[in-house]
Amino acid sequence: MITYLEAIREAQAKALADDPRVYIYGQDVGQFGGAFKATKGLAKEYPGRVLDAPISEDAIIGSAIGAAIEGMRPIIEMQFADFSTVGFNQIVNQAATLHWRTQIPCPITIRLPSGGTAGAGPFHSQSMEALYAHYPGLVVMTPATVEDAYSMLLEAVAIDDPVIFCEHKYLYYHLKAEKLPTEAVPTGKARIARQGRDATIVTYSAMLHESLACAEELASEGWEIEVIDLRTIKPLDTDTVLASVARTGRLLAVGEAWPWGGVTAEVIARVATEGFALLDAPPMRLNAKDTPVPFHPNLWGTHRPTAKTIAVALRRLLSA
Amino acid sequence: MVQATAVSTASADTSDLKARFLTAFRWMLLARVVEEKLAALYRGGKITGGVFLGKGQEALSVATAMALRKGDVFAPLIRDQAGRLAFGETLLDCTRTYMGSRLGPMRGRDGNVHRGRPKEGLMAMISHLGAMLPVVAGTLLARRFRGVEGTVGAVNLGDGATSTGAFHEGLNLAAVEKLPLVLVVANNQYAYSTPTSRQFACEDLVDKAVGYGVAGHSVDGTNLEACLDVLDRAVTAARTGGGPQLVIASLLRLVGHGEHDDAGYVDPALRKSPLGADCLELAEQRLLHENWTTSSALHEMQQDAQRQVEEAVATTLREPLPDPDTEDWCPLATRHLCEGGYSPT
Repeated sequence: MITYLEAIREAQAKALADDPRVYIYGQDVGQFGGAFKATKGLAKEYPGRVLDAPISEDAIIGSAIGAAIEGMRPIIEMQFADFSTVGFNQIVNQAATLHWRTQIPCPITIRLPSGGTAGAGPFHSQSMEALYAHYPGLVVMTPATVEDAYSMLLEAVAIDDPVIFCEHKYLYYHLKAEKLPTEAVPTGKARIARQGRDATIVTYSAMLHESLACAEELASEGWEIEVIDLRTIKPLDTDTVLASVARTGRLLAVGEAWPWGGVTAEVIARVATEGFALLDAPPMRLNAKDTPVPFHPNLWGTHRPTAKTIAVALRRLLSA
Repeated sequence: MVQATAVSTASADTSDLKARFLTAFRWMLLARVVEEKLAALYRGGKITGGVFLGKGQEALSVATAMALRKGDVFAPLIRDQAGRLAFGETLLDCTRTYMGSRLGPMRGRDGNVHRGRPKEGLMAMISHLGAMLPVVAGTLLARRFRGVEGTVGAVNLGDGATSTGAFHEGLNLAAVEKLPLVLVVANNQYAYSTPTSRQFACEDLVDKAVGYGVAGHSVDGTNLEACLDVLDRAVTAARTGGGPQLVIASLLRLVGHGEHDDAGYVDPALRKSPLGADCLELAEQRLLHENWTTSSALHEMQQDAQRQVEEAVATTLREPLPDPDTEDWCPLATRHLCEGGYSPT
């Protein structure tokens, strides 16, 4: 068995092995192997290509952009997605605009250990994907499975654009697969994770698993819920979403991020503007509460959507 | 600390100095002439957006670029017309970007001083001050990975940029990696309207070098010979394994922040002080004083510069402007991942 975290480690090992232009840069990624051990052993296997960085997110990202201009393909580990705000300027103003301004590609991969875990608190739990998706010039990946963690990370390194790779910390250890994949769904394509006909849940990242658990629960009551894993949120595979809503007539968008203007809002806006006639009921969405992410498990467990709260929303949607 | 001395005695040095001084002067003059033209075009409504001039900073700017070689990296800032020319940027890149020609390096997507040719080592600055410092550090890291040796990266900033996080992070990172980076700070006494007394509290910016563990150099930015000498030494030190070099030049910005700004906030006493001297005038006086040129030769240089500038402007004026209907609105290099200008209507 291989975990989601190990898949990320293996993808980086393969990228380093396959392409001399790849290097890894980030805090504690060297001999220590990273705060989560996503680069465990890589510094030893690839001497001089897995480097510890000072606590300087702006300079870490900025230097990756410079290296990309010179033809390298850096993988940057932000220790936590939350800390990428310090490097935000370099990401959204420099990396995201470089190709548009100068026609020089900017092939950097920025790994953001994202999302909440019990006890992590306001500054080690954030889901930043909507912020980065807002800016033109970035590709934003949100893998939800071990297979996608592996194949999408390899794709991120291969893509000639800056990729924000939102890997979910909650999935690191307990999400497991039999083996690494040899084939991958193309980047930018969503995946139907569970087929159904009564309603569509559109989701991504860790919320896929809460949604699947909810769909399983409702199946025992006879409901057939379709669950779509967006995989990348930018680009967003509107076609797959619309096709599903055409089958089910009902839409619930679920995300762990905050509600205001995020991925769930975008999904609903697109379906409402392009597929209004497909809807049999007003579309719904479910997000985290609009407060900072709380520390204590009692609060955190209620702050984010869970299979239980998704089921409550779904029942409302199904009865609408 | 290495202080600028710029004293040459041997005749070979003098001959070398004369040649470098004359070359530098020509670039400075050309920069001044093109900038005066840009200001005139701006006043005449021929330029959309800002115009940012380097008057008073030409000596420092040209000295930075002349210390560099082909293959080096240069990240100029907004007052580096002279350095851009000396590094190899054409006048057309300047006029085309300012006037929005589709044939320019930025094709109307960015304007004025936000231009460059990164593949040729000339970085295209973003507006956020200090942000180019980590980028240049990254180009040098990449060269180390690739086994390219002997190249240098120079980053030009102003006193205002020394207050940014990017300055701190970038210089520290460069120092940790002992990169061949030269950071040139033009302390022109004002960041837009903010005087240095509201910008930093250290006695002298060069003192920061010690804190970062890099070499520090001070230079009189109005003195071309001193600038040539100090920049040459700093770049050579970086090129030969001396790690990052911080050069602090003292001078006064002789124009507004941009042409929209009359700079009425500048202390008149500063204007009258040695800092307020015009480096181009001083260089001209030096050329005549040393008999390195004649008045008539200077006149010819001026006319030649004006001819080049007029030609570049005339060419640019005939060129096509950006066309929104044929513009490629995909921001990604990976075309199939563009959302196709997704905009529900």
